[in-house]
Amino acid sequence: MSTRQFGAPVQRREDPRLVTGNGRYLDDLGHTAYECAFLRSPHAHARIVDIDIADAFEVDGVVAIYLHEDLPGAVGEPLPLLIPHPALIAPRTGYCLAKDEVNHVGEAVVMVVARDRYVAEDAVARIQVEWSPLPAVVGLERAREAAHLVHEEAAGNISAHLLQSVGDVDAALASAPHRLTLDLSIERSACMPMEGKGVYARWDAQDEKLRIYSSTQTSTGVRAAVAAKLGLPLAKVECIAPDIGGGFGAKIMHPWPEEVLIPWAARLLGHDVKWTEDRREHFISSSHERGQLQQVEVGFDDEGRILALDVKFWHDNGSYTPYGIIVPIITSTQLLGPYKPRSYRVEFWSMYTNTVLVTPYRGAGRPQGCFAMERTMDAIAAQLGIDRAEVRSRNFILPQEMPYDHGLMFQDGRPLKYDSGDFPASLAKLKALVGWDDFAAYREQAAAEGRRVGLGIGCYVEGTGVGPYEGGHIQVETNGRVNVATGLTTQGQGHQTILAQIVADELGVPLDDVHVTTGDTRRMAYAVGTFASRGAVMSGNAVALAARVVRAKALRIAAEALEVSADDLDIADGIISVKGAPDTRIALSTVAVLSNPLRYAFDESAKAATQFAGTFDPDKPPIADDEEPGLEGQDFYSPTQATFANGMHAAIVETDPVTAEITILRYCVIHDCGMMVNPMIVEGQVHGGVAQGVGGALYERMFYDESGQLMNASFMDFLIPYASEVPHVETDHLETPSPLNPLGIKGAGEAGTIPVTAVIASAIEDAEGFPIRSMPINPSELWALRREHSQASATKESAP
Amino acid sequence: MKPGPFVYHRPLSVQEALSVLTDVGHEGKILAGGQSLIPILNMRLASPSHLVDINRVPGLDEVTVSSEAVRVGALVRHRQLERDTGAYAANPLLRQALHCVAHPAIRNRGTTVGSIAHADAAGEMPSVAVLTEAVMEIRGPSGVREVAADDFFEGALETCLDHDEILEAVRFGRFPEGTGTAFLESARRHGDYALAGVAAAVTVTDGTIVSARASFVSVTEVPTRLDLTEAVAGQEPGAVDWSVIDDLVQEHISPEADIHATADYRRVLAGELTRRALAQAVTR
Ligand SMILES: Cc1cc2nc3c(=O)[nH]c(=O)nc-3n(C[C@H](O)[C@H](O)[C@H](O)COP(=O)(O)OP(=O)(O)OC[C@H]3O[C@@H](n4cnc5c(N)ncnc54)[C@H](O)[C@@H]3O)c2cc1C
Repeated sequence: MSTRQFGAPVQRREDPRLVTGNGRYLDDLGHTAYECAFLRSPHAHARIVDIDIADAFEVDGVVAIYLHEDLPGAVGEPLPLLIPHPALIAPRTGYCLAKDEVNHVGEAVVMVVARDRYVAEDAVARIQVEWSPLPAVVGLERAREAAHLVHEEAAGNISAHLLQSVGDVDAALASAPHRLTLDLSIERSACMPMEGKGVYARWDAQDEKLRIYSSTQTSTGVRAAVAAKLGLPLAKVECIAPDIGGGFGAKIMHPWPEEVLIPWAARLLGHDVKWTEDRREHFISSSHERGQLQQVEVGFDDEGRILALDVKFWHDNGSYTPYGIIVPIITSTQLLGPYKPRSYRVEFWSMYTNTVLVTPYRGAGRPQGCFAMERTMDAIAAQLGIDRAEVRSRNFILPQEMPYDHGLMFQDGRPLKYDSGDFPASLAKLKALVGWDDFAAYREQAAAEGRRVGLGIGCYVEGTGVGPYEGGHIQVETNGRVNVATGLTTQGQGHQTILAQIVADELGVPLDDVHVTTGDTRRMAYAVGTFASRGAVMSGNAVALAARVVRAKALRIAAEALEVSADDLDIADGIISVKGAPDTRIALSTVAVLSNPLRYAFDESAKAATQFAGTFDPDKPPIADDEEPGLEGQDFYSPTQATFANGMHAAIVETDPVTAEITILRYCVIHDCGMMVNPMIVEGQVHGGVAQGVGGALYERMFYDESGQLMNASFMDFLIPYASEVPHVETDHLETPSPLNPLGIKGAGEAGTIPVTAVIASAIEDAEGFPIRSMPINPSELWALRREHSQASATKESAP
Repeated sequence: MKPGPFVYHRPLSVQEALSVLTDVGHEGKILAGGQSLIPILNMRLASPSHLVDINRVPGLDEVTVSSEAVRVGALVRHRQLERDTGAYAANPLLRQALHCVAHPAIRNRGTTVGSIAHADAAGEMPSVAVLTEAVMEIRGPSGVREVAADDFFEGALETCLDHDEILEAVRFGRFPEGTGTAFLESARRHGDYALAGVAAAVTVTDGTIVSARASFVSVTEVPTRLDLTEAVAGQEPGAVDWSVIDDLVQEHISPEADIHATADYRRVLAGELTRRALAQAVTR
């Protein structure tokens, strides 16, 4: 009997290749291609008066220079609005190259194609543009004031306005025994994958066929978008995602201008063309996220139970809305976390600013929602003098209330209905792990040593594995090799490992025989992409279903060959044998041979499938009416709704009494993503997520000045935590299966990131004794807050 | 982020390097470890048309310890100096400070002398140079001149080096018997340029303090030495209330605000770090 792979901490199979430098990333491809550089807007908001490229053309090695006016047909039209929504009242998307006006620093205006990137940049430096600057709208306050508009047609700088509510919030607020109001804010951050974007296109003039390599999270999406823009038949376009050095959301946005322009230029020039984004470009021309201002009003009873929750927030969507309003929708719905307020109303405004556009970044609106909810929980606890964990547990949805329908619409247009979860059990585990009940003593002891420590907590629920679907295709070769293809892309998560684990179990073959391909439209043309913690849920279940198709077919063929009933057969280690009579057996590889009746024997094993080998029924065709040749099959997994994972984090921080430096002493995570395919990979996802969360809580922010210049567009000043800043993460798991999918799994990709900002705020607040309402926070700001609060209390004391 | 065009020179002797520098006039730049220069070139903040790579020049990679000084050649990498046991024994402050310079990968390439020539007031080693009263050995077309660290730094990223000169070595001074040193800084992330930093040296003779001095990182326009002796001389090192130096420190520094910290905060930080560094120095 082979051992079950599902649930085993199998070593990541992709790592030997990746850590020995044998990864094949975008810039490793196409060494003979022309390379591109862009003139990007130095202004946040300006009209383009004139562009003079004459001098740039003088640079030796320049091949072509393109402006918007050079772009034909659909290439010159606005980029698609990917996710329309009725509440998106004033959608705007940009152009591949700016037309007449620019709306953020970094917007592409002129494209230079040259012998290499050095020459292309030399030429860019010699392009003369005459600008007529317009007033820039930077930050949500300016956007709300609307003294100036980003887009004329978006009145009040509002792109979208959405209100959802359940219950009578006004009445519940009016009658609530206690009420609190909180003003909160979260600053911008961004995905910052190690590898930026990149596109490499090859036009085959003989075949009139385009091949695109893109560092994307969705190769099917890029393929369809480029085919549409260039007016090519879909059958003549293929898109491949090579190894990808991280995505975190920025690469699910598509098509990026460069994903259209590079293939267009390759076809036009009849030469391979490539563009590799550099870090500065990534800062100013990819996407950002997180920036929100929030206003929470909450009414609650003496026990701390929430009777009414009234949330308004303003979401900074940057200059364009190609990805719709997914992020604020997620904030508005996932804000609720594991809690069940008796009534809830949420209203948001998505606002234009003259800054880089905003699309989902790992966590995708949830860190902001979690921040609002968890700050509120702490505020209620403080107001009533009740333990913070206790207040939370009094508001929990209980296991017996699952499935729990909040009565709201989620980001996939379907009901926000939790499928499973055991929040009280998670909280109990968290309290045990962090030593919740012993903390008071620890705090006292620390205080005696002149140290200041605080304990923070944060809980979240994450809708994962949203549809519409993913597929799996499995083919067993005649040597026993199992080829698995799924269309979603991989950015280092370990899909090659976990999908192989699932298939090995379902098909009954050794793990080493299974080979997984992702993100290649030549192998799987139907797919959605990698986002929303959906890889394992969607493709995991899809390949499991596909494996079941192949398994059934293998058993049918084997049953015929062994002259037994398929029900009596089992597969293990690639051998099909009769249950209870293991000597009656046939190898899966042989079944693969038999599955494809042949006229020609091209190798030794193929002889068994030729027409004079063995006996056959002369009345039946070699392939039955409802069969196809080959031991292969495919299937798709398409769920009715998302599956909801959850987690609870706690942290102990220390703040220096003089310098206000903030140190995370301990970080504890309880995580429930249903059944874990590979607990080691889940832990890795959680660790990475927490690291990114720590960045969002204490280090990372986009520092725009008033004129819309991004002042910290490099890794020198945009601070991603190093290993030295990320605490050791202590984890424990719960496995509450999802009833929604065959494998009982939920997504884990974004989990670690979501509550960190809320948890760290909670811990600092606990250490300092004054509320933390704005994140991220750095020592300089904490020190300033201390001064404000001590001055405020001094004036209070001196008041008569 | 690719540099503009330049001519690359790789001289094999100091003389050859000097003659190239003379020939190309103000268009030349010396390339040592490249850890400051290459990013500047890639971001096109500077576009010199000639780079003079001195990495193949022999004889510049030595650390020599004498009774007065630790002499560090132009090609000694931060990491080499940090690990040099002789240098550590002669002046522990070197290692204490080098530990805060960036990360090992950068210290493996970046040179200590290059960092002093670069003269970033946020760099650790310029500050160590003034505290140790280092001597700069500068070679130009007409031979070697020696300049005291105090006279070397002229402004932000500005020194008295001429375009046709090489900083051939830096001689860091040694402290008298009975001196303890400490280097403390606070950076947003370990290894980053500091929000504020301080190098301190306290000399104790017969159980009382006879001298105390400090120099700073990131809170003064150019690295300068602050003599604190007056405030603490004659005191017993274990019994000093170090806050007596606060006013001297605050008068001396002139921090500026940036996106990471306000000037006020930097003052608080520099004050506290100085107290802590002095207290630490006397325990060494
Ligand atoms: C990520 C990162 C983090 C860093 N963090 C820190 C930090 O925390 N603290 C810190 O101090 N430094 C830091 N550095 C800079 C590092 O210390 C550099 O090595 C140092 O500043 C310059 O040394 P270099 O040999 O690399 O000089 P180069 O980069 O080669 O040259 C720097 C400048 O000095 C000139 N120069 C170099 N050598 C000579 C010479 N012998 N004579 C005359 N002129 C010369 C060059 O012409 C150039 O103008 C960091 C660098 C990086 C990339």
